[in-house]
Amino acid sequence: MSTFLNGLLRFRRGPWEMVASILIAIGVVMLMQPWIMIAFTYSFIVTLVGTVMFIVVSHFPEDSR
Amino acid sequence: MTRKSSEDRFMSETAIDRVAQATPPRVARRIRGLPDRAIAWIFIAPTIFLLLAVNIFPLVWTIRLSFTDYRVNRPNNEVEWIGLRNYERILTDSDIWKTMQATAHFLFWTIAIQVLIGFTLAWLINKKFRGSNFWTTVIVLPMMLSPAVVGNFWTFLYQPQIGLFNTVVGFFTGADPASFSMIGDVNLAPWSIVIVDTWMWTPFVMLICLAGLRSIPESIYEAAECDRASKWRQFWTITVPLVLPFLMLAVLFRGIENFKMFDLVVQLTGGGPGNTTTLTSIDLKREAFERWRTGFASAYAIILFVTVFGLASIYVKALNKVKER
Repeated sequence: MSTFLNGLLRFRRGPWEMVASILIAIGVVMLMQPWIMIAFTYSFIVTLVGTVMFIVVSHFPEDSR
Repeated sequence: MTRKSSEDRFMSETAIDRVAQATPPRVARRIRGLPDRAIAWIFIAPTIFLLLAVNIFPLVWTIRLSFTDYRVNRPNNEVEWIGLRNYERILTDSDIWKTMQATAHFLFWTIAIQVLIGFTLAWLINKKFRGSNFWTTVIVLPMMLSPAVVGNFWTFLYQPQIGLFNTVVGFFTGADPASFSMIGDVNLAPWSIVIVDTWMWTPFVMLICLAGLRSIPESIYEAAECDRASKWRQFWTITVPLVLPFLMLAVLFRGIENFKMFDLVVQLTGGGPGNTTTLTSIDLKREAFERWRTGFASAYAIILFVTVFGLASIYVKALNKVKER
């Protein structure tokens, strides 16, 4: 866990990609779930933030360790 | 120099030599002076231009249209900039929400069933029994058909009175074949498109899995045999991890393909009964080319594009990780 947080603080690619992936996955689930309408409404913004974040953070440096 | 020897020399020259000789000296001098990087740019420029014209420009234009109330069937109307209103309408529309759910149902079940059956078939075909090549060809046949044709003839197979599918189900379950209609019943229709897509595209998953299974060296299994690993253990620690990248690739392809599934479902159910099999691509086409709400449809398309792009990004990342192992 501390490695993950360390990576986030030092702007390393791995952990930030993980955060972006989680956001995209949450957004897609919100878009297609059949239970909560409000989740559907906010799904696109969550997916968009995740996708743009993914594009940006995939240019961060890899962790050398 | 005789005429014959000059002809010989001409014959020995390549087409490139002839083009070089035909280039005016002034142009040739300019090209010779160019750095390698500039020459590389000259070569790729036509491709980049095509890419920009065919892919990037329409994408940027669609994004722009998604913020307007533009209707392509009324080109003389004034186009009004309406900001995020199209997105707001889409994301608060319960009918579109239902369409997303229908797409999710279709995506989840087709991929799950196709991976399961495709992998099993590949595993069996890989056993190299007599006639395995013949059976591979037979299994692959549905994939070679046109989706429109498949959709059309499955409507006959699903006919309650004379359809083969209903007769077979009736034979095994004892139910009256005329008592249910796969494409007319709101509960069965979503499954009818899953069945047809599975019938058509499982061979594709099978072929990719087969390629994965055949790429595993026999020596690994022999080493496992020497270590007295059971067949079950070999399957889970050798076969599955080494086939996983191929399997993920198949899921990625099928996921993207099924997200934009159109022709097969239109031919089979036309999106009905009601809207139970109206997938997002069908709904999008109706918005764009039947209701002619171009701005609205553009926003709809952008939402779908971002979703597929995001999912594909995650998937490619996961695929690379699996390959690195």
